Amino acid sequence: MFEVEVVIKNKAGLHTRPAAQLVKTAAKFKSDFFIYKDGYEINGKSIIGVMTLAAEQGAKLTLRFDGADEKDAAKAISELFERGFDEE
Amino acid sequence: MTEERKRSEIIMRGVPAAPGIAIGNIYLYTRDVPSAIERALNPADVDAEIERLKKAIAKSEKELTKILSFAQAKIGESKSKIFEAQIMILRDQFLMDSLVKRIRAELRNAEFIVSDEISKYEKMMLMAHDDYMHERAHDVDDLKNRIIRNMQSRKLVSKFDSAAILVAHNLTPADTMIFSRNAVLGYATDKGGITSHAAILSRALKIPAVLGLGDISRRVSPGDSLILDGYSGTVIINPSSEQILKYQIKKERYTRFETNLAQFKSLPAKTLDGRKIELATNIEFEEELEFMLLQGADGIGLYRSESLLFASDQIPSEEKQYKKYKLFADRVFPNRVIIRTFDIGGDKIAPQTIEEANPFLGWRGIRIFLDRPEILLEQLRAILRASSRKNIAVMFPMVTTVEEVIKAKEYLEIAKAQLRSKKIKFDPNIQVGVMIEVPSAAVTADSIAREVDFLSIGTNDLTQYLLAVDRGNDIISDLYQEFHPSVIHTIRHIIKAGHKEKKWVGMCGELAGNPLATVLLVGLGLDEFSVVPSVLPEIKKIICSVSYSQAKKLAYEVLKLRTTEEVRAYLRQYIEKRFSDIPFENNNE
Repeated sequence: MFEVEVVIKNKAGLHTRPAAQLVKTAAKFKSDFFIYKDGYEINGKSIIGVMTLAAEQGAKLTLRFDGADEKDAAKAISELFERGFDEE
Repeated sequence: MTEERKRSEIIMRGVPAAPGIAIGNIYLYTRDVPSAIERALNPADVDAEIERLKKAIAKSEKELTKILSFAQAKIGESKSKIFEAQIMILRDQFLMDSLVKRIRAELRNAEFIVSDEISKYEKMMLMAHDDYMHERAHDVDDLKNRIIRNMQSRKLVSKFDSAAILVAHNLTPADTMIFSRNAVLGYATDKGGITSHAAILSRALKIPAVLGLGDISRRVSPGDSLILDGYSGTVIINPSSEQILKYQIKKERYTRFETNLAQFKSLPAKTLDGRKIELATNIEFEEELEFMLLQGADGIGLYRSESLLFASDQIPSEEKQYKKYKLFADRVFPNRVIIRTFDIGGDKIAPQTIEEANPFLGWRGIRIFLDRPEILLEQLRAILRASSRKNIAVMFPMVTTVEEVIKAKEYLEIAKAQLRSKKIKFDPNIQVGVMIEVPSAAVTADSIAREVDFLSIGTNDLTQYLLAVDRGNDIISDLYQEFHPSVIHTIRHIIKAGHKEKKWVGMCGELAGNPLATVLLVGLGLDEFSVVPSVLPEIKKIICSVSYSQAKKLAYEVLKLRTTEEVRAYLRQYIEKRFSDIPFENNNE
């Protein structure tokens, strides 16, 4: 199991497009992927779940990966957050 | 029997969500929400039930894909995103797996499981105090109903033969798109506001819409006719032939007018003899920004910050407020945003529900916040922080006395000091203004003007208070007369008082957006008009078509008149002679 903390950097927060990008990236890996925010646990491979997060700019999330490729998955996904999902 | 029923004319008012006028027969759309009654499942039927679910999901995806490509072609990529999101949810493998797992484990019917499972997400979205998330919850609800409907193989009737105005309780984004394939003349709904998806999409589709009418779907019956005025928000059920004629003329005028409006959008609002007037808009929600910029506004003359309170029952944090204000300031830069501090109370929501015998004369506007300075300070800090590009002004509502203005300014200085101590950047010379909407403030406008950078006249409340008329009270609402000489003389007094102190004077009440009043207000010396985005181009056209000296002459004559009737008649006659192509609002007569 591998955990990382990320902060949402893009202005509009985790709206539809970044949510889709997140789920798509997660699907490339075998590891389970969960997102924790304010006591909620959300399956990071589920778009409807990610959409419920209401995560806006500045929000902190904990990402948890579990599986053979957990380190690679963590790297790919935290990079997405780091780049602000390539948005403004 | 029904043929013989005398259908009487009913006038209703709603939210003018998309401009345009529609006249025609109604098509009453009743979208029944499919029921998802719980049923126990025989273990032998589980596979068939899952198959039924999968088919329904596949069918829903097919439907939405069609809607998506239609929407993309008609209104463009970015506005069609919402359908894309719905499709992505349908393809959510995790969701699908949980549905299947639950059907197997709980032995309950698929409709029930779908409804129960998706409602969970809906509830989480509704828990966020955020307009965006609430809209998203509606989308998810819409999707849920689509799947259930497809499981029950029920068809949604979305076709009608001849051109009609669609009347419905509520319209989902998909409804709005799908119906636009028919000859839809307009949309009229019980629910929805200016920022709903239905409003945004109908504006993009250029279909006139009046939303938030309360109960129109229950008031009409098939065969009724309707006039829908997307400029003013007026809807007339079974209009008389005179009304129809009147609106046909108005519609023709608008059509002609709009074709030559485009040239005015990029021009400054300047009189023939060169007096530059600032023409800004009143705005409540982020979603209105695009429309207002499109209409060629000079900025935001009134941002009603209390709209931040509509979505939640608590005051948003400084951080949240800051982000919102910053967003508005960035979008209209280099133009200005005037942020009015929370104006609540009266008929608006109050932070605590307190029973007052006379709320309009009670604890409202700045009065609340001088008693609750922590809220005011928090808001002022948020406004200041957003002001670093120097295009924000702050405005206090419901001021009665100059003492209140001095007090409010003291709090502004405290907020500045708090930011300075944290080394946070802001505009140290942020302009400060007040709304003049209470007679006492109007009478003492000169001493108030000395304390501030600008005055903005709020004609709605000013008219109510001057004439002692509650315009929400049907018995006396005809006494609410914005053109009463007392109102006009008061406006003149306020403008003169402001100018004497070398301060600019604007107006953000409804009168500012009434084309009948434009020349008069220019003539009285008004420096800034703040109006709803939909009327902005016509007000601009009037301003650009008169000279200040002409307007002053007109104002001089109007000030001699003694009754509302005389004022209106005079203005109408003056303006109709000069602007035969401008469609004037006749509704208030």
